[in-house]
Amino acid sequence: METATATTIAARDLVKRYGERVALRGVSLAAGRGELVAVIGPNGAGKTTLLSILAGIQRADEGVVEGPGRKHPARPGARGSSPIGWVPQQPALYGKLTVAENLMLFARLEGSADPAGTVDRMLDLTDLRDRSGDQVSTLSGGNRQRVNIAIGLLGEPEVLLLDEPSSALDPRQRERLWEFILRLAGEGTTVVYATHHIQEADRYANRLVVLADGERVFDGSPRELEQATGTTGLDFEQAFVEYLHQRGH
Amino acid sequence: MRWLLLKDLRILRRSPLLVALLVLYPIVIAVLIGFALSRGPDKPEVAFYNGLAGAPAIVELGGERIDLTEEGSRLFEEIDPVRVDSREEAIEKVRDGDVLGALIVPDDLASNLQSTLEPGTVEVYYNAEDPAKKEFVENTIEAQVQQANAALTKRIAEEALDLLDLISEGGEYSFLGQEFDVLGLARAERILAEARESLPPGSPERERLDEVIEFGELSRENLAFSDDVLAVVGEPIRVRARALEGGSTSLNAFAVALAASVSLMFITLLLAAGMLAIEREENAFGRLVRGLVSRSALLAEKAGLAAVCSTAVCLLMLAGLGLFVEIDWGRFPLWLTAVIAGAVAFAALGLAIGALTREVRAASLLAFMLSLPLAFLALVPSGAVAPAVYDAIRAISAVFPFKPTLDALDAALNDAGGLAGPLLHLAALALAFGVLSRIALRRFA
Repeated sequence: METATATTIAARDLVKRYGERVALRGVSLAAGRGELVAVIGPNGAGKTTLLSILAGIQRADEGVVEGPGRKHPARPGARGSSPIGWVPQQPALYGKLTVAENLMLFARLEGSADPAGTVDRMLDLTDLRDRSGDQVSTLSGGNRQRVNIAIGLLGEPEVLLLDEPSSALDPRQRERLWEFILRLAGEGTTVVYATHHIQEADRYANRLVVLADGERVFDGSPRELEQATGTTGLDFEQAFVEYLHQRGH
Repeated sequence: MRWLLLKDLRILRRSPLLVALLVLYPIVIAVLIGFALSRGPDKPEVAFYNGLAGAPAIVELGGERIDLTEEGSRLFEEIDPVRVDSREEAIEKVRDGDVLGALIVPDDLASNLQSTLEPGTVEVYYNAEDPAKKEFVENTIEAQVQQANAALTKRIAEEALDLLDLISEGGEYSFLGQEFDVLGLARAERILAEARESLPPGSPERERLDEVIEFGELSRENLAFSDDVLAVVGEPIRVRARALEGGSTSLNAFAVALAASVSLMFITLLLAAGMLAIEREENAFGRLVRGLVSRSALLAEKAGLAAVCSTAVCLLMLAGLGLFVEIDWGRFPLWLTAVIAGAVAFAALGLAIGALTREVRAASLLAFMLSLPLAFLALVPSGAVAPAVYDAIRAISAVFPFKPTLDALDAALNDAGGLAGPLLHLAALALAFGVLSRIALRRFA
C-alpha cells in the first residue's frame, strides 16, 4: 500500500442545515493519495450528508470543497466526467438492465472514449464477467454492490467515496469487497468511506474521522482514538463508544 | 440524454405487461367514455304492432289524402322495429326484456283520425325497471309522435288555407269524385257591382246592394289575414337555434376528440411521472445529476419520452377510430400539432407529479386519481350545476391540461373553434408545470 502523500480532496468548515436541524456544524476533512479514511459515528451524526456533499450531490450551506477538478463553495459538480467516484449506500442501478448494460450506460454518460473497453475492464475487476448478461434485479446483494462500486470507478476517479459499502453483504462478500478496495487504494486511489462496522474502520482505515451530532469530534488513526479514551483492555468498538460517552454523545 | 432515452426505452421494452396496460387501459377507457357519451343504443329495439296492417291507412282530410303508413315510417328512422302479430305479443316482449319498449298502433287509428271527432291514439309500453331505459324509450317515441302530430297538423292547416282561399277567390273544387265550381267572395262582389250599376241612382235596392258589397269586401280582407293565423296554428312555435360558443361538432366527432384526449392524458401522465420517479427509486438520480446529466436535461428527456410515446399511441388510436368514424385526414397537420401540444403539457404535469411524489407507486396513483376527475370536470356543461360551482369547475379545468387539450383536438379534428387559443393555453401550462417540476426536483434526491 502506498503511503498518503499530497491532499487529493479536502473540505473546510462545511455547514448543512435541513430546516431547523443542523446536520453538519463546520466539519473539515482532508485525504491524500492512496489514503483510506473512515467516517464513523452514531446514527444521524451526518456521515452520509458529508459524503454526499463531497460527491457533489448536495450543496453545503457554508464551507468549501476542494478536490480533483473542483474548487467551489461546495456545490454539485458541473456536467461531465467526475474525478470523484461515488458509491451510494443503496446500489444506484437499473434493475431491468443487465450488468453490462448498466456499466455501458454509465460509461457513456461519463464520456468514456472507449465505453466497451471500460466495461470489459470493470467486468474483470469485479469478477462479474460470467454474470454480465444477467439483469441486475436477479443478482445477490453482494454482486449488486460490486456493480455499484464498478460504476463509481468507471471514470477512473482519483477519489472514491463509499457510503456504507458493506452494509448489505455477508462476511465472505465483505472480505472480498475490502480486498478490492484495498487494491484500489494500493494503486493510489483516495478512498473515503462511511461505515457502521467499527471493526472495518479499525482494520482497513489509515485514518478515522468521527462525527457526532454534526460535529467532527475526532480526526486521527485508530490507535490514537484508543489512546484518547485513557482506558485499557477495551476492544476497538468499546473504545469508540467510550470516547463518544466521555464527550457527552 | 440520448443514452438515457435509449435506457428508458429498453426498460419499457422489458416491461411488456406494464406497457400493454399503459397503452390498452387508457384506450379502452377512452373508447368506453366516447361510446357512453355519443350514443345510447343507436336505434333502440322496439316491438311494433301495426293494427293498420292489411287495412287501408289513408285518411282523407278536406280532399287531401294522407297515407299514415308513410307518416309512420319516419318513426322507424329512430327505432329498430321488431314487428309482432298482436298487442299481447308486443307487451310480452317488453316484459321479457327482449326489447326496450313496445309501440302499438290500434286498428281504429285511421277511422278516428278520419272522423276528426276524437284524436287517434297509439300505445307505448316500456319496462320501468331501469330509469335510464325508460327515459330513453319515452323520449325517443314521444319525440317522434310529436313530429308526426306536427306534420299532420301542418297538412290540415294547409288544407284549411286552400278552402279559405276557395271561399275568398272562388274556383274549382273536387269532393268525393265530383267537381264543383265555387263562386267565391271576389266573384260575388263583381256580380253584385254589375247588378248595382243596372239599378237607377237613388233606388233603395242599390243602397242594400252597397251593404252586401261592403260585407263581401270586408270578409275577403279578413280572410286574407287568416293565412297568417292558420300558419301560426299549424306551427305555433318555431325553433331557431344558434350556437353561441363552441363549434358545430357532432356527438360522434366530439367523442373521437374526447377519446384521444383521455388516452393522451393517461399515457403521458403515467409515463412521465413513473419514469421520473423510477430514477429515484433505483437510486440513480443522485449518480446522474452529480455531473453526468443536468436536472433540466433529465426532465426534458422524460418529457420527450412520454410525449413521443403517447403521441404515437394517440395517432394510432385516431387512425383506428378513423375506420369507424369519419375523420378529416386533410387536417392531419393540425391534429398532430394539437396532439403534440397536449402531450407536452401532460408530460410537464406528469413530471411535476413524479417530482413531488418521488415514488413510482405514489406517482402512478396520483396520476390515476387526478386523471378521471379532470376528464369529468371538463365535461360538466354550463347550466348543469349552480353558476358559482360552474365557475369553480372552469377555473380548476383551466389549470390542468385536459380541457385545453380537448378543445385543441376538437378544433383540429372537427374545425370547432380556433386552435391558437388552446395551443397557447397548453404552452403556458407546460411552462408552469415544467417550472414546478424543476423546483420539486431540488428535494428529489
